Amino acid sequence: MAGTALEVTGLVKRYGARTAVDGISLAAELGTVTAILGPNGAGKTTLVETCEGFRRQDKGRVRVLGLDPRREGRRLRPLIGVMLQQGGIYPAARPREMLRLVAAYYANPLDPEALLRRLGLLEVAGVPCRRLSGGQRQRLALALAIVGRPAMVFLDEPTTGLDPQARQATWELISELRRDGVTVVLTTHYMEEAERLADQVVIIDRGRVVARGTPAELTDAGERRRLEFRARPGLDLAGLLAALPPGHVAREVSPGRYTVEGEIGPEVVAGVATWCAARGILPGELRVESRSLEDVFLELTGRELRP
Amino acid sequence: MEGRGTFAPAPGAAPALRRVAVQAAMELRLQLRNGEQLLLTLAIPTLILVFFSLAPVLGVRDRVAFLLPGVIGLAVMSTAFTGQAIATGFDRRYGVLKRLGATPLGRSGLILGKTTAMLGVEAIQVVVLALVALGLGWRLHGSVAAALLLVLLGTAAFSGLGLLLAGLLRAEATLAAANLVYLVLLVVGGVVFPVSDLPAAVQGPAGLLPITALTDGLRAALGEGGLPTRDLAELAAWAVLGAGLASVTFRWE
Ligand SMILES: Nc1ncnc2c1ncn2[C@@H]1O[C@H](COP(=O)(O)OP(=O)(O)O)[C@@H](O)[C@H]1O
Ligand SMILES: [Mg+2]
Repeated sequence: MAGTALEVTGLVKRYGARTAVDGISLAAELGTVTAILGPNGAGKTTLVETCEGFRRQDKGRVRVLGLDPRREGRRLRPLIGVMLQQGGIYPAARPREMLRLVAAYYANPLDPEALLRRLGLLEVAGVPCRRLSGGQRQRLALALAIVGRPAMVFLDEPTTGLDPQARQATWELISELRRDGVTVVLTTHYMEEAERLADQVVIIDRGRVVARGTPAELTDAGERRRLEFRARPGLDLAGLLAALPPGHVAREVSPGRYTVEGEIGPEVVAGVATWCAARGILPGELRVESRSLEDVFLELTGRELRP
Repeated sequence: MEGRGTFAPAPGAAPALRRVAVQAAMELRLQLRNGEQLLLTLAIPTLILVFFSLAPVLGVRDRVAFLLPGVIGLAVMSTAFTGQAIATGFDRRYGVLKRLGATPLGRSGLILGKTTAMLGVEAIQVVVLALVALGLGWRLHGSVAAALLLVLLGTAAFSGLGLLLAGLLRAEATLAAANLVYLVLLVVGGVVFPVSDLPAAVQGPAGLLPITALTDGLRAALGEGGLPTRDLAELAAWAVLGAGLASVTFRWE
């Protein structure tokens, strides 16, 4: 599986005076999963919908499977599957007929029944879509995106609002799509989702790429680690730091939840434990974490990924 | 669906005819499933036909022969204008126009499918109304071909105007406006009461409405027969105007 599925160069999209996408370039190889990670309003939907041909860029070049999504949309549409951030389903239609309808647009569709079963929609297959839960509607939209056996799918926040089981099932499905050679571009604001699924993560904020790489590249911080524990609120953090090797930062992130950041070696863990023991404190849930994509994002932008 | 390769890419579009046919079948099912829609498209025209045929309140000699063209015009307007405008507004609101336009069906396939379904509903309406009229003693006269041509041109005129309305307003406002227009045109468009019975001040403007051209034209076609060229020309003008304006204001999302 070699070759480029998606090529975006210098993309700019403005809505009036507001610049939603401000010079984004990115590429995705065939058969890979690319996660576009960013907070609400970062420009994820604008970026993806420009690739899908819904929006016309002000500047820059977009090629999807070698085609210009606006000028060669007719040739591109059969090749790609689209899951909008929301909507796209007749409220009065039933999931089974909606899926059969869309399947019939394609030459070699997946079996709608099998797909309904796979996504846990069989019990509600005959219920009007307006009565589905948000999560069920989300899964139906995912089914509609893949039923035509596309070479490439664009999924705009495929798991936002799903319960943990449904999210897990969606992740498994996306992994299988990748395994079977489908190129996936998804947007998310869950770093765990990007870490779990993506070959490539592109972090965007205010319309710009602020970091990109594999999840390992982005989170691998060499010796930089973080230690977390719980104890009673209001510990003397200056005293704690004095007991540790120099170069650490300690914070009470919420009442009774503490983090120590810096080079966390065995002596730091021992230092925290000893300091606590001397004061009769049991540090609960003591653990050493590597940096998460959330930390990376916070460092790069000074903002929380999910405000 | 276990095993390797379930999702292995095999992209491609089905033949265009099949795409449009399944779309039309879906749209037709959705319309026939919509209770409020059926009230407008079938129940009201049928009730008007039956009630005013049996109750001697209209000052015309052959009441059924007068009413049937009127309610066929009303039926065409309810489907092509009112129903079309409302459905388009809500399909856009729910992202259906956007989403299905991005499949191999495409925007032109979507419009073709909707138009085919609309003609299907009209066929059902005309058959039901004609059967009811036959039951009330009506007998076919005149030119069926001219009547069909009028219905087709009327459909084109009303659907252009319906799409225009849906392009200008939000879905809820479209619903309200389309129903209001339906009601007003039902009264002043020669559906039940002859336009000549309206107050003199209203007669002039009412005579220019597409519903009046359609009901007058149908009365002529199913009466003495022949081509009511003036009415056909009026409907054609409305069709061009409606489609032209709709193509400017139409929004897919
Ligand atoms: N159709 C639109 N018209 C005007 N502004 C828009 C439109 N779509 C998005 N925006 C603005 O562009 C920015 C990026 O939005 P969006 O691409 O939806 O971000 P995300 O998907 O990451 O939440 C936001 O500030 C949003 O308000
Ligand atoms: Mg978005």
